[in-house]
Amino acid sequence: MQPFTTLTGTAAPLIRANVDTDLIIPKQFLTTLVRSGLGRHLFHELRYDPAGQELPDFLLNREPYRKATILLSGPNFGCGSSREHAPWALLDFGIRCVVAPSFADIFFNNCFSNGILPVSLPAESIAQLAAEEGPLTVDLSAQTVSGASCGFRFEIEPARKATLLEGMDEIKRSEANLADIEAYEARRRAEAPWLEVSQR
Amino acid sequence: MSPRTLYDKIWDEHLVATRADGTSLIYIDRHLVHEVTSPQAFEGLVLAGRALRRPGNILSVADHNVPTADREKGIADETCRLQIEALEANVEAHGVPYIPLLDDRQGIVHVVGPEQGFTLPGTTVVCGDSHTSTHGAFGALAFGIGTSEVEHVMATQTLPQRRSKNLRVRFEGALPTSTGAKDMALRLIGQIGTAGGTGCVMEYTGPAVRALTMEGRMTLCNMSIEGGARAGLVAPDDTTFAYVAGRPLAPKAALWDAAVAHWRTLASDPEAAFDREVVVDLRGLAPQVTWGTSPQWVTDITGRVPDPAQARNAEEREAILRALDYMGLEPGTPMEAIGIQAVFIGSCTNGRIEDLREAAGIARGRKVAQGVRALVVPGSGLVKKQAEAEGLDRIFLEAGFEWRQPGCSMCLGMNEDRLEAGVRCASTSNRNFEGRQGRGSRTHLVSPAMAAAAAVAGHFTDVRRLLEA
Repeated sequence: MQPFTTLTGTAAPLIRANVDTDLIIPKQFLTTLVRSGLGRHLFHELRYDPAGQELPDFLLNREPYRKATILLSGPNFGCGSSREHAPWALLDFGIRCVVAPSFADIFFNNCFSNGILPVSLPAESIAQLAAEEGPLTVDLSAQTVSGASCGFRFEIEPARKATLLEGMDEIKRSEANLADIEAYEARRRAEAPWLEVSQR
Repeated sequence: MSPRTLYDKIWDEHLVATRADGTSLIYIDRHLVHEVTSPQAFEGLVLAGRALRRPGNILSVADHNVPTADREKGIADETCRLQIEALEANVEAHGVPYIPLLDDRQGIVHVVGPEQGFTLPGTTVVCGDSHTSTHGAFGALAFGIGTSEVEHVMATQTLPQRRSKNLRVRFEGALPTSTGAKDMALRLIGQIGTAGGTGCVMEYTGPAVRALTMEGRMTLCNMSIEGGARAGLVAPDDTTFAYVAGRPLAPKAALWDAAVAHWRTLASDPEAAFDREVVVDLRGLAPQVTWGTSPQWVTDITGRVPDPAQARNAEEREAILRALDYMGLEPGTPMEAIGIQAVFIGSCTNGRIEDLREAAGIARGRKVAQGVRALVVPGSGLVKKQAEAEGLDRIFLEAGFEWRQPGCSMCLGMNEDRLEAGVRCASTSNRNFEGRQGRGSRTHLVSPAMAAAAAVAGHFTDVRRLLEA
């Protein structure tokens, strides 16, 4: 996973509540067998007409937002389906940071698996960031998001922060607990033998 | 030991290690795998040279994009076919138990897991699907995960987790006639909002929950994710044990007795502290219908489409206006005056035998209204067989419903069961998001009885009136 340290770039303000993962990446793109290539389908139904032509009014079809690396949005961002295709699509488009008042649980986890930083800030702060003319800078070490005329500090769990800063392989980390896992399995076999799936 | 909630107990039993950074490593007992969210996980394992730790703890089945008609003739959609073939190749290569597409046991993962006795009380159950919360009906800690986490579980049989908050949902009073678990779930979500349970595991309590069958409890827990919760839980009891007993993968003989003895300890202690409590009053509950593009936008069948002018603030007004525009609805319209062109009865929310019985009870002796296309999609091949043994298929077919093969179908429209733009659907599924059932489609979430009632009336109608007739 690519580490996340600092990021300076264009922030696209898609300010609405409950942006769901169906909206981020609709079902017809979930038949893919790979993680890459979903960026052009990000927000597909807001971005293209039924014939596949770009809708010129939509934010991500306008300059400078075509090259946005930060997305500003409303509360409960990423609600709905567990599809990791949602963060894959954001990442493939170029978005490395989503700033919203709150996030849905599974999407939030999926961001960290993909080197995307989800930042929680109050809606009023996000409105100020959206009003900035130039690019925004996100500094994970300092836990700040700032523009030319305003800046805000955000909270993040230390373990989450470390994961992103180091671009940690989470599976490798859990593998370091192999002895604990083996001890647990041995104990469970003795204490709860009915849990063994042996009937097949 | 201090008093604990059911969630605390399951958590404690699955704690493998607490790490220096404060995160916990939790053991995963059961893993359900389907074709859509697994290919990249298998690929990741192979690329990293990792093996599956416990392939036998997985149950895999294709459900999301399978055709629901003539599947014996093969899969016409090439991308769907390739994804199912990828699943078949992966499970073969890694020795993962798999239920083939043409097997009677095939169906939606969340119907199949319980049906096979794979889902057991007190276990941890994960799946790359948000509606994994369904299995909480058994008193299992069950939640949806992303594909990277699918890979993580395959490799280590664990997941790094943070402890959720305990939220008790107390349903007060008994369910009125002609309302059911779906109405309870929609009422709750209408009350707390679609993010109301974020960061929490919700335990459903109260006499109405105790009175629910396992099918009803699964419907209720299924919708937990629509309230934003990590998981939903119902403490296991005799209803649970009677359902699990004798299922193919359930423990047998002495192991069964030992299991039940343990499962009886899986209830929140009377003095256990919950971080939050929500009370839902079921007295006077009417059948529920959603009007908007989020499950929280729901009202009684006797209600009306809301007026954005009465929104609490500008943001809410704007959101309601956008929803009404998408849904093609005028403020103040009585719900019963809204005409429909499609009906979908099925999904992991309402595709089990009781749901089909409930819908068939309304369809019996009636006809689907002109201009309405109505689909019945059983949740699994075993549900389909059972329904056919009871003659439900004939009731549906005689009334003009389509009787199809099992799968997720029109809940998310990954296969060809998709709605055209502007088509309005009474759906027993779980999400009414923009475009969920097809670009521009308009979804209203209802119970199976209400969906069948809408099918025969051609518009939403109070199912209680049909039952009086």
